[in-house]
Amino acid sequence: MTAMPTGAPAELPLRPGRAWTMVERNLMIYRHTWPVLLAEIFEPMLYLLAFGVGVGLLVGDVPGLGASISYPQFVAPALLATAAMNGAMNETTFNMYGKLTTDKTYESILTTPMSVRSVALGEVFWALVRGAIVSTVFLVVVSIFGLADLPGALLVIPSALLIGFAFAAVGLLTVTFLRSWQDFQLIQLVMLPMFLFATTFFPLSVYPRPVQVFVEVLPLYHSVELVRAAFLGTGSGYPAIAVIYLAVLGIVALAIAVRRLEGTLRP
Amino acid sequence: MTDSSTALIDARGLRKVYGKPGDKAGFTAVDGIDFQVRRGEAFGVLGANGAGKSSTMRMIACVSPVTAGSLRILGYDSGTDGAKIRARLGVVPQDDTIDTELTVRENLLIYGRYFGLSWKVLRERSTRLLEFTRLSEKADDSVTTLSGGMRRRLTIARALINEPEIVLLDEPTTGLDPQARHLLWERLFQLKQDGVTLLLTTHYMDEAEQLCDRLVVMDAGKIVAEGAPAELIARYTMREVLELRFAPGERQTMTDKCRGLTERMEELPDRLLLSTDNGEETLSAVHRQGVQPLTALVRRSSLEDVFLTLTGRSLLD
Repeated sequence: MTAMPTGAPAELPLRPGRAWTMVERNLMIYRHTWPVLLAEIFEPMLYLLAFGVGVGLLVGDVPGLGASISYPQFVAPALLATAAMNGAMNETTFNMYGKLTTDKTYESILTTPMSVRSVALGEVFWALVRGAIVSTVFLVVVSIFGLADLPGALLVIPSALLIGFAFAAVGLLTVTFLRSWQDFQLIQLVMLPMFLFATTFFPLSVYPRPVQVFVEVLPLYHSVELVRAAFLGTGSGYPAIAVIYLAVLGIVALAIAVRRLEGTLRP
Repeated sequence: MTDSSTALIDARGLRKVYGKPGDKAGFTAVDGIDFQVRRGEAFGVLGANGAGKSSTMRMIACVSPVTAGSLRILGYDSGTDGAKIRARLGVVPQDDTIDTELTVRENLLIYGRYFGLSWKVLRERSTRLLEFTRLSEKADDSVTTLSGGMRRRLTIARALINEPEIVLLDEPTTGLDPQARHLLWERLFQLKQDGVTLLLTTHYMDEAEQLCDRLVVMDAGKIVAEGAPAELIARYTMREVLELRFAPGERQTMTDKCRGLTERMEELPDRLLLSTDNGEETLSAVHRQGVQPLTALVRRSSLEDVFLTLTGRSLLD
């Protein structure tokens, strides 16, 4: 007969904060569904081809950034920052909402010693792992086309991770407010304009000053500044502000999100 | 009353109120209950939907904070040592919450990782548990291909991955066909033989009679009776029940004629139940009153009748 437990005391020491197991879960799933990641890399490439190369043929160099910067060189880092943002946001909003509501994945995970904090941190970790893969592949491809200067541009990877962290945390906070799938429209309503105007396709100098101030407040603007500085080796004072902005945004959003999730997941 | 030092689960004055703290309009799901569960026994919590069974289970599983009262499990306080308790519990929730993005075996492996078990241990255990729950052939299939009974068995296998001392089962056979239910009962009985303490909620009387050594009946958040199934039947019901069905047009007049024939009579939407020590004699008495039922059935009293007596309601309302 099957030897089942006979009330033996648990032999395993309790290890709190097992956030990494959430990453293991996702890696196991992605063994079956890895082509999804390809799509995520493909999207910024497509934008780069259409806007960077296509529009770039019409507009020539971008003024106001010191050395002469070609339009593809200007757009590529912004697209990478956007990809890092979208990848992280999708993971902690869209994917997580499904697991919170329809699949009830977390409900069963939380009957184990896992804490709400471990689950939340784990999902953010995973968003970072994904972000690292996507940004590395993107960087390799654009380097082949001579749009980034290695090895200096390697700073793009930690930059993309920081962006991923900030937006994964913002997404985690957002998901605690969602009432239904329809609410994703509202997220798009914020994300799309931010993508179009946060100096992705044209420099800040084209806006009148009041609009500039508005753009400078956007988290994607700082993300673009950060990656662009790493890509081009420009933007002296900006990266420090961007790093602080994104780190603070991520930490604050994460702290509030974990508290709110605690109430949702352990009613 | 059980000595609390030997009780694996010890609940005193346990309450659960949903809603914001201090909010007077909160909904009271569990309203001050006391019970103890001993090592190795199968303990049942019986009640209709909304009686407070699932809320009680969720508090014991340490996934839902206790509003008031004390709840000690395996010697730990549920409020402060939730993670330590959860490490030694197996939980089979009411809805199957298996991970639909993983295969059958991967579900067991990853779930074991949440407990901090090594891959080596998990590979061995998952094989053994798939065998135990008769799912070995499905090991590498997607869980979306499983039948309802298989999904429930996988949920049970998953709950056993940490070799728990207590297994909590919230309505384990709801929605399963008879064959699947019997297979599940047989497996649960085996677990009990192996010394695992079982705590289950159910609204199926046959399930409670089959599996439980002892049970409590809950109604509107309170415990209304406690004891072994046979004890409760002896305490709260007569020996037999006469069940009568009438043609729809005649039901009221026939029911009125039966009044007074027995000490207890329960009117259900589809039938009339008369409690009696001798069903055949009562049936003769019914006929002498000129009552002509469509069907008449004499049976032994069951837990269903205990529940009816205690709450005035059928369990499956």
